Amino acid sequence: MGDALTELDARELSDAVRRGETSATAIVQAHHRAMDRGADLHAWLCRTDDAALAHAARIDDARDRGGPLGRLAGVPIGLKDLFVTRGIPTTAGSRILSGWIPPYQGEHARRVDDADMVLLGKLSLDEFAMGSSNENVVGEPVRNPWARDRVAGGSSGGAAAAVAAGMIPVALGSDTGGSIRQPAACCGVVGLKPTYGRVTRSGMIAFASSLDQAGPITRSVRDAAAVLEILAGRSDGDSTCVDAPVPDFVAACERGAKGLRIGVHRRSLDADGLDDDVRARFLEALALLCDRGATLVDIELPHAALGIATYYVLCAAEAASNLARYDGVRYGARVAAASVEASIEASRSAGFGPEVRRRILLGTFVLRAESYEAYYGRAARVRRLVADDHAQAFAHCDVIATPTAPQPAFRLGERNADPLAMYLGDIFTVGANLAGLPAISIPCGFTRPDRTPRLPIGLQLVGPAWREDAVLAAAAAHEDGSAWHRERPPIAADETSPASEPST
Amino acid sequence: MRVPYESVIGLEVHCQLETRSKLFSPCPLEIGAAPNTRTDAYTWGLPGTLPVLNRAAVDAAIALALATGCTVHRRSRFARKHYFYPDLPKGYQITQADEPYATAGHVEIPGFTTAEGDPWRVRLQRIHLEEDAGKNVHAGRRSGVDYNRAGAPLVEIVSEPDLRTAEQAAAYMRELRTLVRALGISQANMEEGTLRCDANVSLRPVGTETLGVRCEIKNVNSFRFLARAIEAEIRRQTDMLGHGETITRCTLGYDHEHDRLFVMRSKEDAADYRYMPDPDLPPLHIDDAWVDAVRERLPELPAARRDRWRGLGVAADDAAALAAERDLADYFDGVLRTAGESRARRAAGWVLTELLGRLAGAPIAACPVTPAMLGELVVLVEDGTVSGRSAKDVLALCWAGEGSPAAIVEARGLRQVSDTGPIDALVAEVLAEHPRQLEALRAGKTNLEGFFVGQIMKRSRGQANPKLVAERLALAIAAGTVGEEGA
Repeated sequence: MGDALTELDARELSDAVRRGETSATAIVQAHHRAMDRGADLHAWLCRTDDAALAHAARIDDARDRGGPLGRLAGVPIGLKDLFVTRGIPTTAGSRILSGWIPPYQGEHARRVDDADMVLLGKLSLDEFAMGSSNENVVGEPVRNPWARDRVAGGSSGGAAAAVAAGMIPVALGSDTGGSIRQPAACCGVVGLKPTYGRVTRSGMIAFASSLDQAGPITRSVRDAAAVLEILAGRSDGDSTCVDAPVPDFVAACERGAKGLRIGVHRRSLDADGLDDDVRARFLEALALLCDRGATLVDIELPHAALGIATYYVLCAAEAASNLARYDGVRYGARVAAASVEASIEASRSAGFGPEVRRRILLGTFVLRAESYEAYYGRAARVRRLVADDHAQAFAHCDVIATPTAPQPAFRLGERNADPLAMYLGDIFTVGANLAGLPAISIPCGFTRPDRTPRLPIGLQLVGPAWREDAVLAAAAAHEDGSAWHRERPPIAADETSPASEPST
Repeated sequence: MRVPYESVIGLEVHCQLETRSKLFSPCPLEIGAAPNTRTDAYTWGLPGTLPVLNRAAVDAAIALALATGCTVHRRSRFARKHYFYPDLPKGYQITQADEPYATAGHVEIPGFTTAEGDPWRVRLQRIHLEEDAGKNVHAGRRSGVDYNRAGAPLVEIVSEPDLRTAEQAAAYMRELRTLVRALGISQANMEEGTLRCDANVSLRPVGTETLGVRCEIKNVNSFRFLARAIEAEIRRQTDMLGHGETITRCTLGYDHEHDRLFVMRSKEDAADYRYMPDPDLPPLHIDDAWVDAVRERLPELPAARRDRWRGLGVAADDAAALAAERDLADYFDGVLRTAGESRARRAAGWVLTELLGRLAGAPIAACPVTPAMLGELVVLVEDGTVSGRSAKDVLALCWAGEGSPAAIVEARGLRQVSDTGPIDALVAEVLAEHPRQLEALRAGKTNLEGFFVGQIMKRSRGQANPKLVAERLALAIAAGTVGEEGA
């Protein structure tokens, strides 16, 4: 088998290893070649080629000896560089962590290792996961494999791009306001954000603690289900991670759409700035699900419009707090100065990029004693209203469907001068984070043929808390009735798309 | 001329809980370990680490709340208090802000009473749990940070401004120390920093209720310095008010070498700590079952012990001294078990004078004489088997490992002589040997009686019953006088 190995999904690969049809080593080598071919995407911050080959050899050895193999043995994986990996640089995409080599293993890294998945490296992200375009980076922004002048989305842009480009079948991302789902939509892959508390946050560098969740980015819904089973469950290192039973998520993917009640918030489709193709593909996806036995229910989400403002107040406050530890005193980049105070100030000023600095300032402002109530206190109350809205909606439906993002992938640099426009791109995704709900983005088609470049579009399905099974069932039903997830971006590295008309 | 002001003092006391691991991580906790050897990824504030609450620390905190009559709240929350300092690994301290786990308790200070004679009661506003910071260490021109202490569990005990003098403040601190040691939840050592104190001091004209502007004295590290710092601050504020100056709110340090306060911060640069609920920690739920389980394990509290002993006739000061340390108090109760409660007063004397004298500051655990042995000795003294003088020798032998007091008395023939025959013989012997003193005594120098008793006791090697010696001596002198007159 040659590089066809990069066409297989995770479960197919591990089955092939188990049956001896291929080796973990061959799989890793094939994916290394894909990484070489796609180097211009700038998806990777760090490759661990030698360690990966050594790991693959151990897995092959175990298989040859008839030893036990993990759940997804031999499947390559990449981790967003927000996941702590012992002995492997972990930067959160920030200058302030340059040179930091973690002395401990994060839980996500340990769990995928326990499953005998092979780590190929660390993936690019917006600095500290703050961004929607993967342009807030120290080096090169990540490029969209479908059109290299377009963003891959963010903040898990490297993860989504690498999966879309066939460099890895599975990546782990993190989602605070859409950072798994939006890049998945931009790159035409599957991205799953679990219920808050389903997956540990221990070993994941915090951005906004009450919103952050880790989850898989894959090329198929069933792969996402399998990886979630590996990640989910009780954690000794995270008090907010719930000790709930982990259902058979892969089995849930076989339920089909019969009887599925899909909630649709019609009003959100009338919003300005919703791309025509996004709206059209969304309605087609609903029609597909209805063909397979689902019904549509109109729902109200009265506080949906407040989601963005609420989200940005809360996430900035938590970020300002979480990032206070980066002072250059114990680890990371330190700028020497005459006094400790001056050194802390200089280290932070030099270490954080503009978007991170903006959010620290914003968060520090809203947490001041005299503005706390007006901003943080109020946002926390609105957050409860958003959660209540969803709870009420789920009395009438099993999942809520929305487009993942209002626009397909935009041009690199297009929104750099306008942070607000960037923030508004999160309109459909932040609700699930504010309410702590599971949500998935799956490919549901492309921009219409007369538009170039051809860009993927994502469908979001949101479920009630702890009902990833419902989300996965609906997503798998859509996937079973479509072929969008089999589409692959053009490989050619030098193929830049011609100037295209502005998206409408 | 002095304006009649009264001082109003409230204390914020930090006490390090003696748990095996830190408040939010399984990192072992040990005072005095080499710098940065009791740390883990969480202690360093490494990226990706999260706090997980140590339930043993909550057990200890609940015990303190119960012992001080606080209300234990079923739901409390942890908050983040932000400031940048090298010894603060995360850039924030996890503490409890507006939702502490315990509120509204009180502590009574032994030795102080109100004008009505009631015990002096200091109300507690609140107690909350929080993690400690590390410690900056300065050596010459180099500075370092030791994070061993970072993340150690602390309770902060905030009193109402119910103290009026420096002595009361020091006594309140001592009582808190006694209490947490009795509960076994802290070593509470001011020198080692496991007990720390900030004092808020203000003045107001006597007879008024409104509180004056307060100044906060930070981090004084001994009871003595605490009292002196408060006195210095009262003097400073009194002088200022006497000169018609206005007191402004500030934070002070105490320079004990010069007995002087210095301003660390004035109100203008008061920090905004940007408190927020800690999203990493769910609310702390303490249900009745948890509280009941802690209550069942509570030892007898120092105040109750003192009351019990005083009821047995032990002097108030002695009861306070015995209750001050849990080990000593337990020892004393052990003595009472053998000696019997009716001998409590004498037992207290033996423990406080003889035993502590011999220990000379060493911990009670180092004492080779068991409580049962000392109790036995108290019984031997009380029933006249040994004289008080011999008993001290018995204690010395017992200390040296010669066996139980009863066995020593038998083996060494130290039983007190209470038969008149041998004592009369000694009396006659001694009188005969000192004719001049006898003559002087008879001439009216009655203070020479003591000299003769001493001589007789000496000759008996301390075994003669001194009361009987005095009686027989008086008899012999009287008899002699009568005899001489008759001659």
